[in-house]
Amino acid sequence: MSASVPTDAVAPPTRRYLRRHSLTVRITHWLNVLCLSCLLLSGLQIFNAHPRLYWGKFGADPDHAFLSIGSTSTGNELHGYLQLGSLRIETTGVLGVSGEDGTPTARAFPTWLTVPSYHDLGAGRHWHFFFAWLLVTNGLVYLVHGVLRRHFRRDLLPDRDQLAPRHLWREIRDHARLRFAHGAEARRYNALQKISYLAVIFVLIPLMVLTGLTMSPGLDAAFPFLPGLFGGRPSARSLHFITATLLVAFVVVHVVMVLVSGVWNNLRSMVTGRYAIDDEGTES
Amino acid sequence: MSLDPSRRRFLRGIALGTGALALAGCDRITESASGDAVLGQTEKLTLGAQRLLQGRHALAPEYTEADLSPVFRANGSQMPDSDEYAQLLEHGFADWRLQVDGLVQRPQRLSLAELKRFPSRTQITRHDCVEGWSAIGKWQGVPLKHVLDVAGLKPGARFVVFHCADELEKTLDGSGRYYESIDLVDAYHPQTILAYGMNGKDLPVAHGAPLRLRVERQLGYKQAKYLMRIEVVDSYAALFGGEGGYWEDRGYEWYAGI
Repeated sequence: MSASVPTDAVAPPTRRYLRRHSLTVRITHWLNVLCLSCLLLSGLQIFNAHPRLYWGKFGADPDHAFLSIGSTSTGNELHGYLQLGSLRIETTGVLGVSGEDGTPTARAFPTWLTVPSYHDLGAGRHWHFFFAWLLVTNGLVYLVHGVLRRHFRRDLLPDRDQLAPRHLWREIRDHARLRFAHGAEARRYNALQKISYLAVIFVLIPLMVLTGLTMSPGLDAAFPFLPGLFGGRPSARSLHFITATLLVAFVVVHVVMVLVSGVWNNLRSMVTGRYAIDDEGTES
Repeated sequence: MSLDPSRRRFLRGIALGTGALALAGCDRITESASGDAVLGQTEKLTLGAQRLLQGRHALAPEYTEADLSPVFRANGSQMPDSDEYAQLLEHGFADWRLQVDGLVQRPQRLSLAELKRFPSRTQITRHDCVEGWSAIGKWQGVPLKHVLDVAGLKPGARFVVFHCADELEKTLDGSGRYYESIDLVDAYHPQTILAYGMNGKDLPVAHGAPLRLRVERQLGYKQAKYLMRIEVVDSYAALFGGEGGYWEDRGYEWYAGI
């Protein structure tokens, strides 16, 4: 604060607390953290059993894979690679070949990204389906609560003024400079936040669940249109993987935003519900 | 708003430390019998939910000739390693008999020719491996229902067990022999067939000659190959590892509809 500002113009900031998150939102949020973490890591264990992605109605080793993680050996040295179309990237140490008990081993994702850490497809599936059921149950509770308590309409639907191109453009610039709303404006989510939350809740997670269910031969019998929705079971499996990647990207950005926009305040509000707002006295 | 470096290091340390501890914890849970059992409980939920949604007769999607995989990947055993099987193969399976016994009124010993005289069903279906790959093939065979009807089930019959010629794991006590089991809902499903033909030809050795099971609403490991004997039982708990199948004894779900 520069000394030239007259002191009488600065109203002392007053700190007020508002209840930002309902109990249901807080509980379902943290259960979601648990579910998505376990689903991701057990999902990578399952992916490791056949680290190739296909598009179409069938897809196995003799068929063309648009993405694969694998290994080659020259002499007695193992090289890991990620192949995307005709592009091959050397990924030894992380993808394709990584250490297992200190020995370089051919495995798509490394031990520190899979549950369990060692190769066990059966156990990975147990983890995956347990947390898939929990995620769906938790998600349904959240959706019912969101509709009945008007959480979606009140908190997540962007307000009319937020959707003006000029406003959106300013938000994008503010985010790029890591400048965040204060005072009255901090009482609501910003538009980019609202749009990404809505996309995760109503597009990415439903797509994740639906592509997952499509991989089940039992459910394909119950709902024969499922594979056709995505162009085939192998396509659904690929979309499951791609959507998971998008969810990971969301979580990375989400966590960074939580860290840089007031980590303790954000964490407190998601644990106790109380969110602090510093009013600068004057509306800006 | 920014974090000072020491605070940032502290937070990162906490995050990495908790992550590593959590992962080690996951391994511990998996290795403890009760932990894995709890995680595996959802198998019953999945079975119940799928049976509710599909009913008894919902058919697995069927495909057209144009959808066939150009090469159908052979998996698991591709050639049973026993003198008995070698001899059967040498004589074109003329001496092979499918034994049908257990809780049945009239035990059977059926030759390949006899099986081919039953009404047959041809279906082009997708084979989904537990690993994640899929292949589409055309299967011809006799619906299991016809064979079970000829044998006649005794009261108390609940599961059909398929004993195979192949040992996927070589053991002295024979516990590495492949076997599978399904319940009567799947046994009487119209697409559950004992297939002797594949893609318009005799079933190749790599795919389970002379006879394999197709149970189309479940994953690949249920599709037992090299069938030698069908045993009807009230429980599979006393067989091999007690979980109802070769892979089930090694940690896979008995119900493989997912």
